[in-house]
Amino acid sequence: MVFGVALTQGEVVSWYRITEMFQFDSFHMYGVIGSAVVVGALFLQIAKVKNWHSAAGKPFDVFRYEGNWKRYLIGGTIFGMGWAVTGACPGPMFILAGAGVWPILVAILGGILGTLAYAAVRKHLPH
Amino acid sequence: MASLLFAGKRFGVSSNFQTLCTIGGAGRLSDYFKIDWRERKWNLAFVLGSIFGGALSGYVMRPDVHVDLAESTVAKMKEWGVENPGEGLAPAEIFGPEAWSDPWALLVLLAGGFLVGFGTRYADGCTSGHAISGLCSLQLPSLIAVVGFFIGGLLVTQFVMPYLF
Repeated sequence: MVFGVALTQGEVVSWYRITEMFQFDSFHMYGVIGSAVVVGALFLQIAKVKNWHSAAGKPFDVFRYEGNWKRYLIGGTIFGMGWAVTGACPGPMFILAGAGVWPILVAILGGILGTLAYAAVRKHLPH
Repeated sequence: MASLLFAGKRFGVSSNFQTLCTIGGAGRLSDYFKIDWRERKWNLAFVLGSIFGGALSGYVMRPDVHVDLAESTVAKMKEWGVENPGEGLAPAEIFGPEAWSDPWALLVLLAGGFLVGFGTRYADGCTSGHAISGLCSLQLPSLIAVVGFFIGGLLVTQFVMPYLF
């Protein structure tokens, strides 16, 4: 919930802000994402040094990305195009649905169809 | 992100598309959906919370939004045919209630969403997984993915936007 409120109030869910970012016209989005990364990176480094653990007693578990660069570059480019068109990445899509921007539901449906399509063709794609 | 990590979980939103397909019974269609979605209920809860957070923010805290954009962006958007750049969270031409009766707007949304779904699953992450979680933990694949995000975003902004409205 904090995520939803923060991203709406920070205008990160706004199509306008995403487009502005891709025009390099404003520092707004770079500031928000950049500070999230810096705070997060600091948090992880401190956690490492202080040996913080999750509630279950295991070390923190972030996604570990491995393997060939192709999937990241090609997949990332495809996502980037969709991000620019809809002005929303997956998180903000759901936030916008909550905020009453109903047509975004069509984009969420598109996202589900895209996921199904990926599942269907993934064996033929370079990974 | 910190709260999910403390709970022993990972922060990333786009995998929920896969999870939703699994819950919808897509396991019959492809092995890709044969996952135990209960292990992912934390991220689903995160999405649910996001929806409520969006509602709280959108309806209660700030119903009338005007995004204060850079002037050069406003000028460019007017050129593309956006009537009121900055009004609401997104242009009414595509995201307003009138979009329901506009096949073009619906097609744009569906196609954009399709690219997001396909791209995030192919790249195995979106803004939260790669740009936030991945960059925080200093992972090279995430940096490559973020470079990809920008290649795609810039291509669309330069060559597709003028025809969207």
